[in-house]
Amino acid sequence: MNLPKMALSVRDLHVSLAGQEVLHGIDMSFVAGRWTSIVGPNGAGKSTLLKALAGLLPVTCRIFLFDHELMSMDRKRRAQQLSWLGQNESVSDDLRVLDVVMLGRMPHQDWLAAPSAHDHSVVKSALQATQAWDWRERSLSQLSGGERQRVLLGRAMAVQAKVMLMDEPIANLDPPHQVDWLEQVRCLTSQNTTVISVLHEVSMALHADDMVVMQAGRVVHQGACSDAATHSAVEAVFDNRIAIHSLDGQWVALPKL
Amino acid sequence: MTHYLTRRSPFVIALSLLAFCLFGIALGSASGSTGFESWFTALRDDTAWQIVWDIRLPRSVGACAAGALLGLAGALAQGLFRNPLADPYLLGSASGAALGVAVALALFGGNPFATELLVRMGLTGAAFVGAVLAVLLTLVLARGVHHNLRLLLAGVIVGVVLGALVSLITLMRPDVLQGMQGFLLGSTSFIGWTSCALMLGVLLVCVVLTFVLSRVLDALSLGEATALSLGVPLASVRVALICVLALATGTAVAQTGLVGFVGLAAPHLVRSLVKTKNNWIVLLSSLMGGVLMLVADLMARMLLSPQEMPVGVLTAVLGGGYLLWLMYRSQTTRALQ
Repeated sequence: MNLPKMALSVRDLHVSLAGQEVLHGIDMSFVAGRWTSIVGPNGAGKSTLLKALAGLLPVTCRIFLFDHELMSMDRKRRAQQLSWLGQNESVSDDLRVLDVVMLGRMPHQDWLAAPSAHDHSVVKSALQATQAWDWRERSLSQLSGGERQRVLLGRAMAVQAKVMLMDEPIANLDPPHQVDWLEQVRCLTSQNTTVISVLHEVSMALHADDMVVMQAGRVVHQGACSDAATHSAVEAVFDNRIAIHSLDGQWVALPKL
Repeated sequence: MTHYLTRRSPFVIALSLLAFCLFGIALGSASGSTGFESWFTALRDDTAWQIVWDIRLPRSVGACAAGALLGLAGALAQGLFRNPLADPYLLGSASGAALGVAVALALFGGNPFATELLVRMGLTGAAFVGAVLAVLLTLVLARGVHHNLRLLLAGVIVGVVLGALVSLITLMRPDVLQGMQGFLLGSTSFIGWTSCALMLGVLLVCVVLTFVLSRVLDALSLGEATALSLGVPLASVRVALICVLALATGTAVAQTGLVGFVGLAAPHLVRSLVKTKNNWIVLLSSLMGGVLMLVADLMARMLLSPQEMPVGVLTAVLGGGYLLWLMYRSQTTRALQ
């Protein structure tokens, strides 16, 4: 039997922010071509973990992106293989939607080269996938929070990386576009892209293939979303204030009153 | 903000601004203390021609070049620090230049607008060295370029401390005061062809460098983490852009004194005309700075003619007034929506 290919793996990851240790030794691997959602209460270190996995924080341990050590990889190659969508980043309003999404092609372009026809078609399909193509000529200042989030999502997709890390990607989206996002992630994983997302809404997170449950800077559980052990781990980190039920073939988290 | 802003062609705006610059230079070189006289009369008269060629033309070209340097530096600072209030002087270069001039005046005496080449050169050099040293000091205090807020705070601290030193020098040597005042208000009166050539050369270098590096400013507009995730060599490009910023500001300040508001207002004016990528914003801000400075220079000469006002006073009034109008306009459009 073949061992599953690992997209990202990390051993004994410690991260300190402003002198305080936030992540206390995390061992984890993510199987290629699967969607993993990271859940946990506020302050559990979810975003920090995602940032560390993207190579955006100084870490002492080694992180492997497929077979390569992340920090010693060539910057550009790393950017081609790993795409990152942050949460609440202050984005300046002045760029056009089209220019923003074209920035996602930056890792594939030479420094001074004009965008190729391929770049344009990738940007177009990313904007169409997030239904933002109609606003391509507008500047970000003319969009609402949710519309802007869809553009940023399109930017992250335009990288066409093998691994996508997304922090709260659907926080500002209305329900239909949340469903769109679910479908896009399914489509990405069917093309063997690895998706790792931090999600606050547990019901949405349960749609993933695998789930990582975090609490106080540690991973308390990692397992399939359909697994009963995963469900009880999720309920436990949220103080048993929610309960996970099966409804219509989906798992949903409901408040326990 | 309306939809058409992103549809306007930056290229057309650049051409129009360039045309404005040329028109301003032509107008500036044709208007003198006795009023307006055309180039054609000057062509027939040797003395008049000499005035046009040796005084008015370099002055206008120099004003335009200094404005362009400040506009470029302003756009660069605002993009780099992702702060619409950033101006070319925010890393302490203004007070550094002032200190340089104050020290030079205190040591060697004299008037910043003295005609002797050596004194002029000495003061210009002192201003430039002061500006660059102040930026270096800011970088040292901020321990590098990694932390935006630390850089801005260090810039403020350097500005205040060096400003205090300038005050101390002027207190101990009151004879320096008048010369200092002239420098602080900014003036285009005594720009010669050498200064013009120097400024235009530096401008060319800065424009090319910024144009090449501006992709990083685009990526930075999505936030530092995203820029890093896109594979941008952020630290080294930041150092390079801060060097460009210091070079452009230092050169302009050394030749024309502390001209305020051009660097702050030019990028805002450009962004109110068109929304586009940073390479165009920087280029257009540079041209816009040139236009602003030419307008201010013309008005400085004409308003109290045959007397002259310091151009810095006018740029402050014009630029400040325009920003105020822009601010109120954007408030009312938002309120209407």
